[in-house]
Order: sequence, then C-alpha cells, then structure tokens
Amino acid sequence: MWHDAVLVAGKDLRIEARSRVGLWQVVPFALLVLILLAFAIGPDQSSLRNAAPGIFWIALLFSTVLAIQRSVAVESGEGTRDGLRLSGIDPAGIFLGKAAAVGLQLLVLQLVLWAGVTFLFDVRVHVIWLAVVACLLATFGLACAGVLYGALSAGLRVRDTLLPLLVLPVLAPVLLAGSKVWQAALSGNTSAGTQWLKILVPFAVIYLVVGIVLYGPLQEAA
Amino acid sequence: MAPVVLFRAAVALAGRFPALAGVDLSLEQGEVVVVVGPNGAGKTSLLRACAGLLPVTSGEATVLGVDLTAEHTAVRRFVGLLGHAAPLYDDLSAAENVRFAVRALGLPVSSADDALTRLGLNGRLRSTPAGRLSAGQRRRVALAALLARRPALWLLDEPHAGLDAPSRELLGRLIGEAVSSGAAVLLSSHEPQLSVPLADRVVAMAGGRVTGEERGGRRANLTAVPAPGAPTSSAEVGTTHVA
Repeated sequence: MWHDAVLVAGKDLRIEARSRVGLWQVVPFALLVLILLAFAIGPDQSSLRNAAPGIFWIALLFSTVLAIQRSVAVESGEGTRDGLRLSGIDPAGIFLGKAAAVGLQLLVLQLVLWAGVTFLFDVRVHVIWLAVVACLLATFGLACAGVLYGALSAGLRVRDTLLPLLVLPVLAPVLLAGSKVWQAALSGNTSAGTQWLKILVPFAVIYLVVGIVLYGPLQEAA
Repeated sequence: MAPVVLFRAAVALAGRFPALAGVDLSLEQGEVVVVVGPNGAGKTSLLRACAGLLPVTSGEATVLGVDLTAEHTAVRRFVGLLGHAAPLYDDLSAAENVRFAVRALGLPVSSADDALTRLGLNGRLRSTPAGRLSAGQRRRVALAALLARRPALWLLDEPHAGLDAPSRELLGRLIGEAVSSGAAVLLSSHEPQLSVPLADRVVAMAGGRVTGEERGGRRANLTAVPAPGAPTSSAEVGTTHVA
C-alpha cells in the first residue's frame, strides 16, 4: 500500500509540476480571494487584523476545492480511470497517494497565504508552533476529505459543480477550528488554541480511515 | 489444463441494460480468438468483463482461474486491456506512462524500456508528453505499456484503429509472440481483413450473445494449403470468414 501511495503521489505531483495549474491558477486564485475579502472588509487596519484568520482559512478552503477538482481531473482522461483500475494498484494506496499530493500542494499554498496575510493585513503570529500545527492537521484533514469526496463525484458529468456543494459543508469544521486556532495564535492565547486543535485531530483521523476503507468501492461505483 | 477464459451463460449489466445476455465462450492458453459483430453486439462489454471492469452478475465466468462472479477485481493485474482510448496521462512522457504501468505491478523498469524500444518509441518520442503525440503514437505507447506488463491474457479492443501499416504488422508479430509464450488473446474488431488472419477462432456476437463460431486464418494457415483459386491474401481470408 505504501509503495503504491508513493507511486501515485509521485505521478500526481509530476503531472502538477508539468501542467503548472497549481502555480498559475490555484495560487493566484487564493491570493485573489484574500485581496477581494480584504476589499469587502474595508481599509480599517484593526478590522482587517481581526478578520485575517477567517480570510486565511476561507481562501484556503476555496483553493482546496480547486486542488481537489484538479486531482479528480487528472484521472478523468479517456481511458485513464480504467487504466488506474487495471494497474494493480491498491485502492487504499491510490487514496493515500492522491491525498499526499493534494496535501503537499496545500502546504505550499498555505505558505503563500501566510505571507499574503502578513504583508496585506500586517498581522504577526505570536505562537508560531500553534499556527503551524493547525495548518498541518488541517492540511491532513482537507486532503483526505477532499480526495474522498472527489472520488464520490468522479464519475458524474456534473462533478465540477457538484464537488463544491458536497465538500464545502463537510470542510466547515476545519474552517471554524482553523480560524479559532489562528486567532489564538495571533493573540498569544495558547490554551484557547489547543482546545480547537482537538477538533482538527479527529477530523483528519476519521477521513483518513474512511478514505482508506471506502476509496475502492467509490472508485468502482464511479 | 483449465481454459484461460470460461464463460457459461454469463450475464453482465451496464446499468439496467444487459450488455452480456448469456455469453458462452472459452479461450485456451496460447489461443487467439477474434470477436466480430455489429455495433452494440457486446464485444467491448465482453472484453471489459474479462478484464474485471464489468461485473458478471449471473452465470459462470472464470478468467485465469478467478471467479468473476465472486471477485471480479482480482483478475485485473493479470490481464492487459487495450481499449478504445489510450490510458495515458497527457502531461507525462511516453516513457513515464509506460514506467508507471510497470512500477505499479512491481516489475523492473527495464521491461518498460524494452517494450518502448520494441514499439519503435525511441529518442524524442520517449520524452514527448503523451498529450502531444498523434493518435497512432498514443496507441503504440498504450501497446508498449500492455507489452511491458506481460499479461497472461491480452484483451484488444479494435487494436488496429489509428495504426499505420508497419505498426499493424508489428501488432500481428507481437500477438504471435505473446501466444507463443503461452498468453491468450481475445480481440474484438470491425476490421476482419486485419484481425481474422491472426485468429485461431472467430466468434460472432449479436445482442450480447455469441451467435456463431468459425476457424480463423491462423489455424487455416497452419493446417491448410490454399487450393487453386482460393483467397491467398490475408485480406481475402478475413473477408471470407466474416461474410
């Protein structure tokens, strides 16, 4: 399973590096969301600082949907879905590999977004480890849940419009917990932040386990 | 020795539609069977069922000793399917696509390189992204991936489509070598003049059922000397068997 996961992750990352969709579409989209939400809030610096954690996580969530759609699209070419099913690769390995590839892209995206909120909203994270742990746990959960719901919508003609409807409500706990942890990390309130980390941990673990178990049947159903 | 493929009254559904409506078919090791029939006859469905992509819901269906009615996915790693569309990632090069297929089965990468060479995919063609290749070149890459996997059962759906004359000849040689090494080949075709000469048997399908069977050109070539005035070219032999 781990060999298969590494193989699939390497393949997906190589495809992303060649197509540059992440670099030229997902990253600019995330920065655009950041800027537009800042416009909507207005020029008041304190309002922007207060809203910065929410803006960061909303931009991340919307960009996650794009990254997942891209991950699904890679396997939607004529014949490639059948090719993957015939490849002999363990479906759990496919799930883990695709989740790892999406997760790595999201980590890079979060670095860009972090730099963006620091530059645009003039915010400083006081408890850096707390913000980093939140990002890592959220990435884990977002990637696992996203790839699972991507598989659910993979065989449908309306998958591009259906996927955000399916996945955004599911990812809402990550938005909530991530924003709260970041608020705590910005204000230096470590204990409040660690409480919200307790939501991100089970979210990631549950979708990891469910994904490993259900990805195969979903792949067949699609 | 047990048949490579054994179907008895096999039924497979595509949605609620019976794509296979009681198929009876057997295929022995080292045998080439060509399936002919009109559009919608069930040829592609038969190949997909053999590959474990279309579940068999009733009847008897065994491929390489795997009971498809019980665990149809278990047979996949042992078969090679060349479908209508080449299963290639457009952003990966020809070589990367074939190597991915080989690594997935835990085979040495050298088998991918050997297969690419065999299919004449050398030099810049190897490093060209599959999305920039012509339809015929993509077909050859897909064939190289199949060859490199060394399947025990070759499932070829319209394999001549998009191939130029030298590639078609090469395909014939590859099929011959595969059956010589013990593999079995099930091939569906709308071009009997090309496929029937390769066959030991020709099976006709219609309405999701096998409706008839004849000897193929390969067996005829092995067992019979053409009589004066009889068809001599492979095209004529093919036409004769289908008519």
